[in-house]
Order: sequence, then structure tokens, then C-alpha cells
Amino acid sequence: MFKGNFIDNLPKIYGTYTGGFIVFIILMAIAEQAGMTAKTIGILFVAFTVCIYALIGYLSRTVQVDAYYVAGRQVPTVFNGMATAADWMSGASFVAMAGGIYFGGYTYMAFLVGWTGGYVLVSSLLAPYLRKFGCYTVPDFIGTRYGGNFARFCAVVVLTLASFTYVTAQINATGTIASRALSIPFELGVWVGLVSILLCSMLGGMRAVTWTQVAQYIVLIIAYLIPVFWISNKSGFGFFPHFMLGEEVARLGALESQFGLVKNAAADVKAAGVPGGLKSIAVSHAGVPEGGMAAWKFISLALCMMVGTASLPHILMRYFTTPSVKAARKSVAWSLFFIALLYTSAPMLATLSKISLIDPNLPTGIIGKPIAEIMQIEWVNAWINVKQAFIADFNGDGILQLNEWFMRGDVVVLATPEVAGLPYVISGLVAAGGMAAAMSTADGLILAIANALSHDIYYKIIDPKADVRKRLLVARALLIVIGAAGAYIASMRITSILGAVAWAFDFAMSGLFFPLILGVWWKRATRQGAIAGMIAGLASGTAYLIYVYPKFMGNAPWLGIDHLRFGIIGASVCLVVMVVVSLMTEEPDKATQQMVDEVRVPSGKTILGKQH
Amino acid sequence: MSNKEKHWEKTKGLMIITLIIWFVFGYLIFMFGSDLNTSSFMGYPLAYYMCAQGSIIAFVVLIFWFANRQEKIDEEFGFTEKEDD
Repeated sequence: MFKGNFIDNLPKIYGTYTGGFIVFIILMAIAEQAGMTAKTIGILFVAFTVCIYALIGYLSRTVQVDAYYVAGRQVPTVFNGMATAADWMSGASFVAMAGGIYFGGYTYMAFLVGWTGGYVLVSSLLAPYLRKFGCYTVPDFIGTRYGGNFARFCAVVVLTLASFTYVTAQINATGTIASRALSIPFELGVWVGLVSILLCSMLGGMRAVTWTQVAQYIVLIIAYLIPVFWISNKSGFGFFPHFMLGEEVARLGALESQFGLVKNAAADVKAAGVPGGLKSIAVSHAGVPEGGMAAWKFISLALCMMVGTASLPHILMRYFTTPSVKAARKSVAWSLFFIALLYTSAPMLATLSKISLIDPNLPTGIIGKPIAEIMQIEWVNAWINVKQAFIADFNGDGILQLNEWFMRGDVVVLATPEVAGLPYVISGLVAAGGMAAAMSTADGLILAIANALSHDIYYKIIDPKADVRKRLLVARALLIVIGAAGAYIASMRITSILGAVAWAFDFAMSGLFFPLILGVWWKRATRQGAIAGMIAGLASGTAYLIYVYPKFMGNAPWLGIDHLRFGIIGASVCLVVMVVVSLMTEEPDKATQQMVDEVRVPSGKTILGKQH
Repeated sequence: MSNKEKHWEKTKGLMIITLIIWFVFGYLIFMFGSDLNTSSFMGYPLAYYMCAQGSIIAFVVLIFWFANRQEKIDEEFGFTEKEDD
């Protein structure tokens, strides 16, 4: 069936895989009709997909350094785009983004703009040049361009801090989904999640992660799009939701003014016993808040996310795997295309979910109806029982008002299929999609940290004479150690104090953005400048975070720069310090300047050898 | 100016144009969010549409356009890679 080499057969292989997955969904739908329980369907969905990823991980095992670190630099453009999209879209994107839009409306959508616009920076400023450089890791570039182990070490520190902040949240998400689907305790779910994650990456490094990420992208995009289209069609909102929900958005605006957007006092919410993390709708869906400060908050958040995107090593390293510089550029475009398929659907899902719940004219609507009647609805009961939803009758009139319905953001993705009356097979599919999203991101992040530690710290600094076998052994051992550390922290349930996913972006931009781009775009940038920039940027960003975060010092944010946006401070300090120190020190030697010239030309040999 | 320098000048020019378009769709339009929302596109309020779809689509198109332009520049100066996929 598959003649010739693996790479040429990729479309066939993944085409067969997609077909197989769809057949599996249909089989599950038939089984559901035949009376299989919802629980069994959930278990089968998660178990089946995880086994496939593990199989791909096993088949991609390797003993070669360049296959382990950069997948042999032969990943075709479009497939690398899919892998990057899976790498990028975390459990949070999959499960929480639609919920964020549901509650935050236009203001929250700054994240959508921020998490996509960063790829313009990646393609125009970084990816092609880093590919030409031929590095294995991001610190590999810093260490070679600026020279010296200390610069390399600083880059590893920033990378580890940013990626580790992010990875615990991902392991947490895999644990939550695994525990829910397999009906096991959360603490156990975290370790089951970790084993699944390591099965994909241990034996084959970047090569295995690449091919599992492509498989995970296919699962997660199917799992996201089917419900969106199905709900829209079933409820009669339009055949193609992306182009046809204008009326519904307008209707939401009308309903908001009819019900009134009431922000509940924190004391009332507490007195009513609303479980933590649950929210009611208090912000307009499509309305733009007035004033310059609101606009600045939107723009500054988008800026942090964009610059952070262009500094996150687990994304940048995906472009080291393409066959050429030209392919790296195109691959960034494909990545964003595949990401956009999900990101443009999230607002549509939020709109569908919101209108289904709050429009009293629809059979699914619950707002404006008697609470006693609503409590009879099966899904309402089920979600209230697990503390994911809550009703607080503040005015005591027995009618559910908009501000009296509380819900966790995740419920938008997880429960909307149920609310719209879709079969349970769809909920099983959504669980598999969420698992795929969280696993793929966790794999990318753990690999980024382990590769930096094994290649940059162990091989380049500690033991440059280590042979291939020993290097790969160390790399694999580090994968387990870092994964276990992440899982341990996740299982202690302290991820909430580790802060938001946004912090990873702010840490990365504080320490890495300017050393990376100036390394390519400014020949005059020196080693001392880069080191001073990384240290000052990271230190000032972190100091500002401690100064401003409510759970730490909790001071009033300066110019609206709160704890989600501390990267603005870090990156600005980094830029100023790096430029000043570079100009004060002697310009880089001839060899370094020539190296920068070489990086700027796409043709010819890479700066670092195929094996280094 | 050498071939390499000319190539880099053109590359820089393309980078600046790309980033200007990026700035317009990523920031400039959202400075006027409430004004945009008074008009509509396909039935959606315009500012809402731009963050839900408009700007994202613009970024995708922009990166494809950038990659093609850069390939043309590389070709013009003879820097196209040999072993292409």
C-alpha cells in the first residue's frame, strides 16, 4: 500500500488515519444507539486516541542526534504547520478560549489577536534565520551568535522559566480530562497524563513529537469543528456559522440591554455560596468599552502575547525541522492557517452557546424562566452537582436573571453539545480533542526544556566529549525528570498560584525577544550586551510581576500594566540595556560579523553542521 | 554595494512593509474600536468582526504574501536554495 519512503507517503498515511478516526466516531455513534453507556464511550475515545499516539511515538524511535533534536530536518511545510498548530494550541485554547469569550466578550478577544499576530513576527524576523543557522535549540543560537557559555546559560534559564510556567498548566489539563473521562482521581489522572505524554516523546524526541502532533492536530480540529457546525445547523442559526451569526450577535446585544448587565458585588457572590471560579455574564459580547485606557489595555495585551509568541522556544524550534529556509517561512504561514481554523471558530462557539442559554424564545434558553423549572433540566442538574454551574436567586423572585446564572468557562466547550441536544458521542469526541490539545503542547514544552538542558548544558558546557549514545540517554532521562517535576507540581493542585498561562509569554519576551532578533538584525550587538539584556530584562520583569500581582505585593499597576502584561516592562528594559551595553563594549569580531552576514542569506550551508 | 548588501536592503524593506501591515491590523484599528463598531460587516459589528476573524485572516494572508515576496527577492539575487522540497 505504501511504497517508497515515509515522507513521500505522508498525505496517504495521515489521510488513512483521518478516515480511520472518522470510522471510529461512527462506530461509537452506532454503539451509543445500541445502548453503550456514556462513560464507556468517553473511556474508549480517550484510550483509543492515546494508544494511537503511543504507537506513532514508538514507530518514530531513533538513535540519531539530528533526528532526535530536529526530526532530521525533513518535515514538509504543511505537516510542520499542523504540528506547530497542535504544539501551539494548548488545553487552555481548546477548553477555555470559547468560555473566555463567553464571559469577557470583545475585551477578552485581545487574546485572539495576540495569539495569532505573533506569527507575523516569527516569519519576518526570526524563523528563516534561525533555520539557516542550523541550531538544535534556541539557546544554541544565542550561545553561538554571541559566543561563550554564560550567554548560552542565561538563555537556558529564561527558556526553562517560561516553558515550565506553561507546562504545569498543560499537565494539569491532561490530568483533569483523563480523570473525568476514565473516572479516576485527579492525582492519578495527572500521572496517567504524564505517561501518555512521555510515550509520545521519549523514544523519538523531536521526530516522534512531530508525527504525534500532526495526529493530535487532526483529532483536535475535528473535535472542535464538528460541534460548532452541528449546533449551528441543528438550532437553525445558519449552515456556515462563521458567516451567518451576525444576527445572533446583534440579538445578544438586544438581550443584554433587555436583561441588563449587572456586575455582582463580590460580597453577595460570597454570601450566596457560589463555588470558586464560577462567573456570571457581566460584560457586553460585542460592545467596545469606551475610553483610551480600555483601548490601551486591549492593545497592550495583544502586544505582550504577540511578542511572547515570537520568543517561546517550543514554537521557534518547530521551524528548525523544515528541509529549507524557504520551507520554514511557508511553514509559518501554514501554522497560522491551521491555528486560525480553530481560533475563528471559538467566538462562534461562544456566540452559539450564549444565545442558546440566554434567549428566552429558544427552547434551550434558561434566563428569564422560573428557577424551579430550570432545576428539572438534566444537564443543569448534572453541572450544578459537580460545582461547574450555580444558581443564586439574589432578588428572591424565583425567576433566573442573567446575573444569577453562574458557570465555569470550560463548560461552554464541554456542555454546549449537551445543551443543544447532541448525542453523547460528541462529548466523548470533545474529551479526546481536549486531551490531544493538552498533550501536544505539553510534549513540545517538555521537549524544549529537556533539549536545552541536555544539548546546551550537558553536552556544550559540562561534557563536550560525550558520545551520541550518552547524549541521547541524558536527553531522555531529563525528559522524565522534567515531566515528573511538572506532574508533581500539578498533582499538588498549586497551579493556580503559579499564575496564568500569559506569564509564560511575558517571561519569554522579557528575556529572549531582543537578544534573538538583534542577533540577526543588528551586527553591533555584543555578547556583553546580550547577557546584560537577558539578565536585566528577566530580573526587572519578574520584579515588576511581584510588585503588581495581587497575591504577592499587590500594588496598583502603572499605566494599566498589570500582571498579565509585565513583559512590556521586562522587554523594554532588556532592549535599552542591551543596546547601551553593546555600544559601550567593543564591536563583535570579524568572524562573528561574517556569521551574521551568512545567516541573512538563505542559500548555502547552515552555520552549525548537520551534527553538532 | 555588493550583491549581498543589496539583497539585505530589499529584505529589510520587505520586513518593514510587513510589520507596518501587521501594525495596522494588530493595533491601529483597535485604537478606534468603538468607532468601528458603529458600522458592520456581514451583519457583525465591525470591531467585533475584526478580532473574531478579520485580523486573523489578514495575518494568514500577510504571511503567505511575505513568504512569496521574500522568495522573489532571493531569486533576484541568486540566493535560492538548491535542494528544495
